[in-house]
Amino acid sequence: MSECQSELCQVRNPSEPFLRNDRVPTIWCPGCGIGTTVNCFTRALIESKCDLDKVSIVSGIGCSGRVAGYMDLDSFHTTHGRAIPFATGLKLARPDLDVVVYSGDGDLFAIGGNHFIHAARRNVNIKVICVNNLIYAMTGGQTAPTTPDHVNSATNPYGTFEPAFNLPQLAEAAGAVYVARWTTFHVRQLAKSMQEMLAKPGFCFIEVLSPCPTYYQRRNKMGEAVDTMKQYKEHSRKKDGASTADAGLSRDGEILVGKFVDRDDREDYYTLLKRHMHASMGDRYEDREALVCQ
Amino acid sequence: MQADPKGVLTGTHFLDGDHACCEGALAAGARFSSGYPITPSTEIVERFAARIPTVGGIFIQMEDELAASITLQGAVWGGAKAFTVTSGPGFSLMMEHIGYAAMTETPCVFVDVQRGGPSTGLPTLPAQGDMMQAKWGSHGDYEIIALAPNSPQECFDLTVRAFNLSEQYRVPVMFMMDECVGHMTEKVVIPPASEIEVTPRRRTQKKPADYKLYAPCDDGVPEMVQAGDGYRFHVTGVTHAENGYPVITPQAQDVLVRRLCDKIRNNIDDISLNESIDTADADVVVVAYGITSRVAMRAIQMVRERAPKIGNRKMKIGMFRLITPWPFPEKVIHEMAGHIRGFVVPELNLGQMVHEVQRATGGLAKVIPVSHAGGTVHSPEQIVDAILEAAR
Repeated sequence: MSECQSELCQVRNPSEPFLRNDRVPTIWCPGCGIGTTVNCFTRALIESKCDLDKVSIVSGIGCSGRVAGYMDLDSFHTTHGRAIPFATGLKLARPDLDVVVYSGDGDLFAIGGNHFIHAARRNVNIKVICVNNLIYAMTGGQTAPTTPDHVNSATNPYGTFEPAFNLPQLAEAAGAVYVARWTTFHVRQLAKSMQEMLAKPGFCFIEVLSPCPTYYQRRNKMGEAVDTMKQYKEHSRKKDGASTADAGLSRDGEILVGKFVDRDDREDYYTLLKRHMHASMGDRYEDREALVCQ
Repeated sequence: MQADPKGVLTGTHFLDGDHACCEGALAAGARFSSGYPITPSTEIVERFAARIPTVGGIFIQMEDELAASITLQGAVWGGAKAFTVTSGPGFSLMMEHIGYAAMTETPCVFVDVQRGGPSTGLPTLPAQGDMMQAKWGSHGDYEIIALAPNSPQECFDLTVRAFNLSEQYRVPVMFMMDECVGHMTEKVVIPPASEIEVTPRRRTQKKPADYKLYAPCDDGVPEMVQAGDGYRFHVTGVTHAENGYPVITPQAQDVLVRRLCDKIRNNIDDISLNESIDTADADVVVVAYGITSRVAMRAIQMVRERAPKIGNRKMKIGMFRLITPWPFPEKVIHEMAGHIRGFVVPELNLGQMVHEVQRATGGLAKVIPVSHAGGTVHSPEQIVDAILEAAR
């Protein structure tokens, strides 16, 4: 088959240079929002003018856990729930790198929840993007700690009843210095927010609500991906600086979006570590930047 | 390559095994450790936390062993040499990440100062009950290397060796101490840095376009890169091809998993280190490791003092000490089995490495286990009785 020579075929998506195009098509279902978030992330990287050789992306397990594998960066697809501690080790050994954790709600907040709160408490200088599709999608639609009540899931066939996490509130309470929430409808805001986060020192967190038409919307008779986009458009209310206490989600209720937290009063872990060691050890402290062995 | 003098505390010291292990790690070039406190291993990271800021590096106390065992792997892919330290319950929690290190070929060291189990067991008392777990604890097929020191001096020497083997074979190495060796204080001689051989990371010289993350060299081990150097590589615990991309097929699985195992199995002569004492013409050989090997030496002396005979001649007893229990030296044991009457295998467990001895013996000699549930060491008399029985 000869390659199409028409002008249209020569047009390239600006995201392409950031992707491992030899791995396309992705495993993601039609209507899935993860690809949209990746598109926003590549735009943020373009705008940030990051040295891409110095950006590492770390994922856990699940649909969003596959993001690392599609990005043309140094990428790490780790174990379920442990992207954050892996990223912590990478960032501490190599403070010159930008380390981004890109994973899903089940991975980051059920099995990995302990690591999230401790990394936020320490204010480790990593950036965490959580694609929240409100369900365990890779394994077939089981309840996540983010699943709202009164929906059906594979493991709550008679409806969910457990209270769900309010992720922005959790992140803020644990100490994150930057907390925002968007949906895959808010592509420009999301890209801008990601760009802002890349420039911000400390533990930063963005939650992106994303449709899972295959396992969440379909099972709950909530229509297709387009219907979810309509829901995101009609039910979302943007309020920068809103109290994260008001950011809880329900099946059909309001979706508060915006930048909720952007604080400068917490030193990041590495800066604090260095300052503390210099102060307490004086000349005995061997200050070494990158821990690269021979 | 010679050790970086900055990490080497050259001199003659009076150290316990835990502290000696820490000094070994520093001498080997470890500049990062992520840990979680657990008796009887904590002294290792306590010393590391005190020493590392003077050497140039980081210790971070994580929220649990799950985190500790993966944080260090992030540091390794950033370019550091790194390790973690634990005991039974923590070792159980680390199993998934031992598998991840094996699958992603991340060079690193896991120290397990063994205590009585199962579960919380005997937090402050010795055992050797994690020997099979060290080999088989994570799911799926893989190979690791394990070392078992029997003195504080070896806690130093063999920790250096553990790091070197992990770099040479890009494999997680299990450093299987026990509470006695960890808390025993003896003379430890740390040589000058110039006399400590350190294996450098096997970094590739290839350019990114010519490089594949998991293309093996002749010995089955791929060359390594680190984040930030423009290779844009992909590391995954999913079955993968040589370029690191996930490939979920039986063919890819076969190629990868066989290589992960073969790179250790085919290099056993280089990896294996064991001590043979008077085994050449022995009637009975005691196979032991760790603290139990020292009790066994006392038992052998006691038997020799009694001078038992076989026919008209004096009975001869040898000792075979497993310094690298894994990969198990089955050829050596098999050959020995052909010319001795029996093996005696004392362990601080109810029978673990003895199964390997039995398997390697192939019925050619008697194998007598001397089991012990842990909490203290054997009484030498228990081993004496087994030696006499083996000679019958």
